Amino acid sequence: MTSMRMTMRGTTMSSRSTLAIEASGLVKTFGRIRAVAGVDLAVPRGAVYGVLGPNGAGKTTTVRMLATLLRPDAGDARVLGHDIVTEADTVRGLVSLTGQLASVDDDLTGRENLVLLGRLLGYTRARAKSRAAELLEAFDLAEAAGRLVKTYSGGMRRRLDIAASIVVTPELMFLDEPTTGLDPRSRNQVWDIVRALVAQGTTVLLTTQYLEEADQLADGIAVIDRGQVIAEGTPAQLKASVGRGALSVRLLDAGQRAAAAELLGRALGAEVRMEHDPAALSVPSADADRAAVAMAELARSGVPIAGFSVGQPSLDEVFLALTGHPAEDETDEEVR
Amino acid sequence: MSTGSTTDRVSEVRIGAVLASGDRPPRPGGAAAALAFGWRGMLKIKHVPEQLIDVTATPVLFVLMFTFMFGGAIAGSTQEYLQFLLPGIMVMSVLFTTVYSGVALNTDMTKGVVDRFRSLPIPRPAPLVGAVLGDSVRYLLGAVVVLAVGMAIGYRPEAGAAGVAGAVVLVVIFAFGLAWVFTTVGTLMRSPSAVMNAGFMTIFPLTFLSNAFVDPETLPEPLEVVVEANPVSHLVTAVRGLMDGTASAGDVVPVLIAAAALTAVFAPLTMHLYRRRA
Repeated sequence: MTSMRMTMRGTTMSSRSTLAIEASGLVKTFGRIRAVAGVDLAVPRGAVYGVLGPNGAGKTTTVRMLATLLRPDAGDARVLGHDIVTEADTVRGLVSLTGQLASVDDDLTGRENLVLLGRLLGYTRARAKSRAAELLEAFDLAEAAGRLVKTYSGGMRRRLDIAASIVVTPELMFLDEPTTGLDPRSRNQVWDIVRALVAQGTTVLLTTQYLEEADQLADGIAVIDRGQVIAEGTPAQLKASVGRGALSVRLLDAGQRAAAAELLGRALGAEVRMEHDPAALSVPSADADRAAVAMAELARSGVPIAGFSVGQPSLDEVFLALTGHPAEDETDEEVR
Repeated sequence: MSTGSTTDRVSEVRIGAVLASGDRPPRPGGAAAALAFGWRGMLKIKHVPEQLIDVTATPVLFVLMFTFMFGGAIAGSTQEYLQFLLPGIMVMSVLFTTVYSGVALNTDMTKGVVDRFRSLPIPRPAPLVGAVLGDSVRYLLGAVVVLAVGMAIGYRPEAGAAGVAGAVVLVVIFAFGLAWVFTTVGTLMRSPSAVMNAGFMTIFPLTFLSNAFVDPETLPEPLEVVVEANPVSHLVTAVRGLMDGTASAGDVVPVLIAAAALTAVFAPLTMHLYRRRA
């Protein structure tokens, strides 16, 4: 592994940059829609980099430009040291893409999909077959190898999709919303796979709508909104920039909510939000120490409490803090 | 975070091992990549055999219906008409199939797998050339089916096996050229059914306004001019000639030129549009 990487680096001496992706001012317009409006990215090698944003923020369009599927209208980008427009073919030889729609052929079996890719990447027939068998085994798909992909579950399809991306080990892998629509178990499997990829030295650029996913996997995160990067940093930095999480309280008796709200508002010196649940209320950005004191006071005052928590800021809160508007879908459909 | 039980988890060790052994082989040439895509087309026939119905059942119906319905009226006897009709209906059946090349391309373009193909370091035309090459096997199959049905009900090619083989090859070559017209349509239309409609709107007049079913001399003069100019008429004439053993180079060469011209214009056009839209 290491030796292969060394030789690959050796053959691309122009790409001594420590960055896997350097993009500046990328722009892509579809008709009147400015899907990407000047994206700058600096993604270090050998790590997971998360691009976080709601539907329609421009994540997929950005990835498609970086993976050489779309030509930018303006700006430029180098992937592993190579220009995505003038050296697109070289870039294609170093990266692989797992698209938002599963990039596998529904009308073929899992095995045939992998053999086809092996052949297209230059393996002999025999090697393509043995490589497919190795991958199916490693991704726990050996039993389903002979079945048509259209009969696969969402999780199996996604695993096959990722296996198809590493028929030849890529230097850099694009994963466009790899867990959207997956059940929690399949999502955890995908997360394990991403961790295994990075442990082997592959750089991963991952787009996601979930702060939790970026938090779990990414070493660095860019938050993208309306086609622009609005914040960048480590997950910890991002969360810190948003402030503390909210104190959420649920009462046993909804009738005492007004009294509880008054008490908490006074104790914490902050505005209290009434939730849809008539027995629940919350205080945004509560300090944990002061929240503990306030809760003790609430208990002493004889208001029975069903439960309470001091949470992490959610993606909604990150968005609200960064943009001043909630993280809602910005267009009806993701611009492809 | 909950990661589920250990049995749910994919093995990082095994994934690490397959990553370590994924050395990059030398890039395949354009021909090898196109053949791999052709193989993909074959696999689809294997997995979705229903697709073959349009190249098998429809031609069988055409041969039987035209022979027995119109034979007496047009040529005085079904046997005599069959002798005239069969080369024409073989051409028609195969050319109908070319519409499906456009439909298949349009269907493909709406799917995520095209992103995968386009992100591979392979020559850009390979997926398209491979697909049309794969479809050529279907054209061949369609021609053979028509021929077999025709011979079963009494058609006798005077030129024997060599003439028949030459005729089939010529039809498949022309179909290869015509298929690029429909792949171009396939890149322009919004849905597979729109491609199908546009395709059949083209292919119906193109095949019926030819000499496949009747002698053009029996037609009103303006129509006769159209029919004589129709490239499909030239193809039918050449195929008939090859199967009757009377074909001259003057019959065959224009057909080859037409096929080459269609490919030269519409293949690059398809590729340009495919790259722009997909």
